[in-house]
Parts: sequence; C-alpha cells; structure tokens
Amino acid sequence: MSTYLVFALKRFLQFLAVVFTGVSASFFIAHLSPISPVETIIGRVSGQSAFSPEAVESLRQTLTELFGLNVPLHEQYFNFLRRFLVGDLGPSLLAFPTPAMKLVGLALPWTVGLLTLSTILTWLVGNILGGLAGYYQNSRLLKAFGIVAIGVQPIPYYIVAFLMVIIFGFLWPVLPVSGGFAMNVRPSWSPEFVGSILLHGILPAASLVIVGLGTWFLGMRALVSNIVTEDYVTYAELAGVRRERIVSSYVIRNAMVPQLTALAMSLGGIFSGTIITEQVFSYPGLGTLLVRAVNAGDSAVVLAVSCVAVIAVATAILLIDLIHPLLDPRIRVE
Amino acid sequence: MFSVFRDLIRYNMEFAVGVVLVGAIVLFSLLSFISPVDPTAIYTTIPDMPPSAEYWFGTNSRGQDLFWHLTFAFRNTLFFGLSVALLSRVISIAVGLAAGYLGGWTDRVLMFVNDIFVALPTFPILVLFYFVLRSDLDMFKLALIMACFGWPYDARLIRSVALGLKHREFTRHAVFAGMSPVKIMFEEHLPYVMPIVFATAMANMIWSIGLEVTLAVLGFTNINIPTVGTALYWANNHSAMVVGVWWWIVIPVVLIVLTFLGLFLLAVSMNEYIDPRSRLRRMGA
Repeated sequence: MSTYLVFALKRFLQFLAVVFTGVSASFFIAHLSPISPVETIIGRVSGQSAFSPEAVESLRQTLTELFGLNVPLHEQYFNFLRRFLVGDLGPSLLAFPTPAMKLVGLALPWTVGLLTLSTILTWLVGNILGGLAGYYQNSRLLKAFGIVAIGVQPIPYYIVAFLMVIIFGFLWPVLPVSGGFAMNVRPSWSPEFVGSILLHGILPAASLVIVGLGTWFLGMRALVSNIVTEDYVTYAELAGVRRERIVSSYVIRNAMVPQLTALAMSLGGIFSGTIITEQVFSYPGLGTLLVRAVNAGDSAVVLAVSCVAVIAVATAILLIDLIHPLLDPRIRVE
Repeated sequence: MFSVFRDLIRYNMEFAVGVVLVGAIVLFSLLSFISPVDPTAIYTTIPDMPPSAEYWFGTNSRGQDLFWHLTFAFRNTLFFGLSVALLSRVISIAVGLAAGYLGGWTDRVLMFVNDIFVALPTFPILVLFYFVLRSDLDMFKLALIMACFGWPYDARLIRSVALGLKHREFTRHAVFAGMSPVKIMFEEHLPYVMPIVFATAMANMIWSIGLEVTLAVLGFTNINIPTVGTALYWANNHSAMVVGVWWWIVIPVVLIVLTFLGLFLLAVSMNEYIDPRSRLRRMGA
C-alpha cells in the first residue's frame, strides 16, 4: 500500500506543477494584451454621458487600483497568485461588478456535466465495440462499423456539430438545437426542468460521442487483434473457457489499461471539443462564456476560464491516474 | 524509398485512397497560382449564383467566385498545417531522441515538461493568444504557437523507440568508435524513427487544421486571410444556410472532410507499415 501512496504523491506533485504552469502561462499571455480593461470601462461610461476631465481621471485611478494594475508586473503576478488561491480573479467586464469567478462558477456545471457524461459514454461504448470487433473479426456488422468509424473519425468537432444543427434544425426539426433548457421552464429540481435539460443535452452530447467513438473503436480493435494472438488466449480457448469470458476478462480487460492512459492523455483535446460544441449549440457552459468574454474584451473572464480549464483537465487526469493502479496490478510494483 | 512507395500503393488500399485524396486536394490548391481573381477582393462577380458551367462552385454573397476563392483557402490551410507539422516535428524529434538516448536527469526533466504540455488544454490558451494579439495573429504566428503545443505525444512515442535503440549492438559500436551523443542521435537513431515522424506528421496536420478551422469559424483568427475556416466564418456571417446559399457551406465542408480522410488514411497505413506483423499479413506472406 505504501508504494501506492508514493505513486499518488508523485502524481499529485505533477498535478500541482501542471496547474502552476498553466495558470502562470495564462496570466502572462493575458497581461501582454494591448487592450486595457480600465480604458474599456471608461470608454463605455463616457460614451453614455459627458464627464469633466477630473472625474474621468479619478475614475481611471480607482479602476487601475481595482484591477491591481498600479504596481509592476512581477508584483501583479504575485498578487494574482495569492488571490488565485482564494478563488478571486477580479471583477468581470461583461457584467461589471460581478466577480469573474462567479460567472465561471455558473457556467462550469453545464460543461462538466456534458463532458463527463459524453466522455464516459464514448469511452465505454467505443472500447466494448472495438474489443468485440477485434475478437470477432469476421462479423459483417462490426466490419461495417469499422469502415464508418474510419470515415467519421478525422472530422473535427465543429463540422459534426454544425451538420447536426443543419439536420436537426433545418431538415428535420425534432430536437432543440440551442440553449441548455427551454425558455418557459423555471430552473428548479422539478421533473420538467430536468427533462428539459436532458432533451437539450441530446444533440451536444451526441455530436461529442459521434466524433469520439471512432478513435476508441479503432484503437481498441488494433490492441485486441494483437492480444488475440497471445499464448494465454490460445491456452484459454484450448482449455475450454467460455468465449464470452475470454472476451471480457482475458482480452478486453488487458486492453483497457492502455486505453485508460490514452483517455487521460486526450482529455485536453476533448475539453477543447466541448467548448466548440457548446458554442455551436449555444449551450450555457464555459465555451459560450469564453467566446462572449473574448468578443467583449473582458480579460478577467477570459483569464478565469483558461485557469479553470487548466485545473479541470488536470484534476480529471489526476483522478484517472489514481484509479489506474487499481485496474492494473503491474503499475503498483513499479 | 521508391520501392516502399510502390509496395504501399500495391498492397495497401488505404494508402492508395489516401494518396489520391490528398493529391487531388493539393492539385486543387495549386490551381490558386493560375487564378485569374484576387482572393481578397469582394463583389467582383454576381453574388449568390448557384454552381453552374460558368461558376463551378457557384459564387458567395460577397461576390467571390467560390472555386478560385477556395483554391487560395486550401493553399493557405494546407501550408499552415504543413508548417505546424514541420515545426512541431523538430521539437518532438529533438526532445524524444535526447530523452531516450541520454536518459537519467535529462529524460526525467524533459518528460516532466512533456507531461505538463500533454495536460494543458490547448484551445483556451489559443483563444487567449487571439485575445491578446487580435489581428496581429497571422498564419505564421499561429503556426508557431500551435507547434509549441503539438509536439508532446509524438516526443513520447519517439522516446520509446529511442529507448529500445539505446541497448542495440550498433549503438554500442558507435559509442566505442567515438561518436558524440548528438551524432549518434541524429545519424544512427534518426533513420529508425523517421517512419513514426511521417505517420505522426499526418495526424498532427489533422489536429492543427482542425483547430485552425475551429478558431476561424468562431472569428478568432485574422478573418481577412482566405482559409477554409474563414470561408466558413463568412458563410455563417451571411447566414448562408438560412438564405439558401448552401453551396457556400457544403462545398468547403465536403472538401475539408475529404482532406482529413486522406490524411487520416495515410497516417493509418503508415502506422501499419511500421508494424511488420500486420504488413506481412496484408501482403499475404
């Protein structure tokens, strides 16, 4: 058990390093911006009514202090890190006095829900079908599925999501193509609201599943078609172990381990896909917030979304890595 | 080299289809060099003409001949994908070979950095770059930034091959003959990882072009440079699907999907070629 603790500690340190690097990089990229948040607000305020130059000047000073821009860059960086630890990334510009983190907090559950559900579904279905296709290599149905998977796999998220909007929005309008829930339902834990959320989630989730399925299917099929030729599988077949048992506990279980590593490594990319899917379906998650913030020149929210994205992806990878040794006993010894 | 190519064409359907698809798209993009129109000029023809003998791909709502416009778009997009692939190959080869051959602390530090890069979500960071640079974000800068994120998977793959090569007889001979580590890496080990480099370059192009299309569709690149993504951006901007100018969206989407399919088939068939077991099975030996 102590080897597992050492392993977990090492992984956790790595997690901290990833978060630190990602957050610092986001800070420095964001602060190279030639767009000053202070001037943006002043522009907006003075566009509405006339102010005396003294009033504008004192407004500028107050805002500079509010955004913490009145100190040199390295001090801003340390202030940023200190405030980041307590989850404060300054006020947003989109909805001015509201903290940026609050906007992110409102959007985060949507993204996490959509991402978790579609990723788990994609991974399980893709791997099980791929495993069966690798084992029963003569099945016509699975062969046909393989050809479809090769055709769909290289298409980027955006195009699949967009095609689904065209099909279900224009050609055959049966499912809602935008928003997270229907306009006429009050957000609460009522059955209508939950049902509305699920209904609105079908298309975004389906587009993510369609794009992701092929990768896992093809990867698993290749892995399994190598494992099938291993001696222990032949031996199990000769010993008369039932075929379903060979497929599930001898073949697929062994192939799951590298696929789990692959899942951890591809989470960043899956996250990017979710952001785009949300934008296409106007889903009220992080992606939509990010695009709105960029268009409004809101550096605080853009920075907050990037930081939360880094943390979310790093946490998911950490969790997968921590379950890993429980599935594969060989890693514990390492 | 040529005989490898001939074998692949003869015994590998995927490779042959991939070559045809990518070749066709490359030829199409090369037509931009004899194009009679300026891709940045607008309202040079009658807008919204459906595909016909005069305008093969129709014209869009901005009065551009879509056929010639898309030749430029594909030239820029392919060139972009190729530059990201080349730049990120340089990083992944250097990191992979050094980590694999030198081992020890070099390996540990490089792989630590590698793991950090694998875990960073690329898309929000690219959006952050757009947010800062705005219209200064030209194709070359974008390629440079993406290359910095496109190397870690492949570096790890190259490292695993280099680890195996390190304990082979010929490496020891080279060391005893007094070759420097740099020379061993680039003269002895590099040829062994070249097939992986080619196969991953195709996968990398799919990745980078996909991201470029996505960024451009959201309007997060310089929208005045004709690329496949910006073509779709302008089509959305003019609500092409709603007003019935379907060819403005359908034609670029079909062409880019064919490009992705071609690149993907090339990558898959090369991966298979690297693995001698599956190569023999296919050749019927």
